[in-house]
Amino acid sequence: MNNIRKKDLYLFGAALGLYVVVQGLIMLEVIPPYYELNIIKVCIYVILSSSLNLINGITGQFSIGHAGFMAVGAYVGAVCTVKFGLPFIAAIIAGALGAGLLGFLIGLPTLRLSGDYLAIATLGLGEIIRITILNIPYVGGASGFMGIPRYNNFTWAFFVMLFTLFFIKNFVNSTHGRACISVRENEIAAEAMGVNTTKYKVLAFTLGAAFAGVAGALFAHTFYIAHPASFTFMQSFDILTMVVLGGLGSITGSIAGALILTGASAYLASFPEIRMIIYSLILILLMLYRPQGLFGNKEFSLKIFGRFGGGRRGTTQSN
Amino acid sequence: MALLKVTDMSMVFGGLRAVSNFNIDINPGELVGLIGPNGAGKTTAFNVLTGVYEPTEGQVDFDGKSLLGLKPYQITQRGIARTFQNIRLFADLTVLDNVKIAYHFHVKYGLLETVFRVGRYFPEEKEIEEKAIKFLDVFQLGHRKDEIAKNLPYGEQRRLEIARALAAQPKLLLLDEPAAGMNPQETQQLMAMIRWIRKEFNLTILLIEHDMSLVMGVCERIYVLDYGVIIAQGTPQEIKNNPRVIEAYLGEEVH
Repeated sequence: MNNIRKKDLYLFGAALGLYVVVQGLIMLEVIPPYYELNIIKVCIYVILSSSLNLINGITGQFSIGHAGFMAVGAYVGAVCTVKFGLPFIAAIIAGALGAGLLGFLIGLPTLRLSGDYLAIATLGLGEIIRITILNIPYVGGASGFMGIPRYNNFTWAFFVMLFTLFFIKNFVNSTHGRACISVRENEIAAEAMGVNTTKYKVLAFTLGAAFAGVAGALFAHTFYIAHPASFTFMQSFDILTMVVLGGLGSITGSIAGALILTGASAYLASFPEIRMIIYSLILILLMLYRPQGLFGNKEFSLKIFGRFGGGRRGTTQSN
Repeated sequence: MALLKVTDMSMVFGGLRAVSNFNIDINPGELVGLIGPNGAGKTTAFNVLTGVYEPTEGQVDFDGKSLLGLKPYQITQRGIARTFQNIRLFADLTVLDNVKIAYHFHVKYGLLETVFRVGRYFPEEKEIEEKAIKFLDVFQLGHRKDEIAKNLPYGEQRRLEIARALAAQPKLLLLDEPAAGMNPQETQQLMAMIRWIRKEFNLTILLIEHDMSLVMGVCERIYVLDYGVIIAQGTPQEIKNNPRVIEAYLGEEVH
């Protein structure tokens, strides 16, 4: 028991150490702004992939409409700061609440579906959200929501990511997380063990959507603009690819997936002709040799740092 | 008063009456068997009791309250736990986690306590862990606690499923063909275990079974189902000599 708390503290310490190093390098301008932007992107994608993993990997409900919830978070957040002049933290919270509420409302009817049907329904819903936003002139419509202040920086992205990861980790390692996992493993048996499977499916979906909203709010306040074109189903697939690459059900896997794919994409930006070819080759090779993803459904662990080495490991490699 | 009372229950699928006018009474502490040839409607009856199906007609009362309209998880929370004919463990989880899930609905800590690990989180998690380990020890699975459930040998998987059902602390345990796929020696061990858990946990048990030696060996009272209708009930001795039961199992005598 005390052991677990100690582990949490070690991890927090390690994460803090990492933050100090990276932030120091940014302030000393050892890390150029382009890479700083990519590190922020990694943090945002870690939030997205780990929250999608909560739905797809932990609870086993195959959702591919994550970009839709991200869009809701981005626009709600942007409206808060631009139209109402609220502080950044309020925008993040509002983004989470907006996306979470929508996730709850959408989750109730759609989670009656399973497997392929749920995937198609969520894919459609993601697009509906995007097209709805496209037709709201209040938030800029097709030309996008412009003039969003750039509140986000490495500090914000990193600590919000850290909070997300601790939230999801603690959730998974509790009776609520076990209930979600039991739904994935065998829904009929879970129900027979007294688990309200509908409740946990909707709960996981709502939490996942809320964190996608958080990521969306960070995203909008990084790039000055929120544009519907950033939230197409390709964005959903990118997030899904990170989750599958890292391993469905592995939070540290999601971190690695976000890191590798964002890193590869940033690095390959210098070779635009062959970028997509290499990107696809990486994925094909990985699926051939490791179809369960890099980490399977296990967590990466170093004995000393406990089960949750990911947050630390995450950003070390990006330097 | 009967713990479980089913009155005139019928279950109709389209034009098929899978179970009709099903009546059954189980008193606290009894060990009752439900037998019948393949396709007689035993599992359908089980599925009605556990809330998987809503019966077309009739009443199902448990502990004096109706179970109609309740979802399976609510019925489990009322105190009926079950095992499955084809084992349904959480195959990729450890043996310990399989049992821990059974405590789920007894846990009181909420979402905030979970996320910030405050309040009741640590004490309750510790309690669950200790209880689950103790439970596994009782079922001689303690040494297996960190193994993945699907890697256990068949007999131990069955045992784990029963242990998991009991961990939910039911008043009534429903066993759906617990001896399916077991050899005679394993069936003997299972019989001893069923008798023992009933005494140890003060349970009422209803079991569906094909294996006659098991049913005749452990049950005090037996219901026989054929084509959805109960054709006989009584002690094992009475059932053995009942001509209608013999007919259902072996066919009519040739004159």
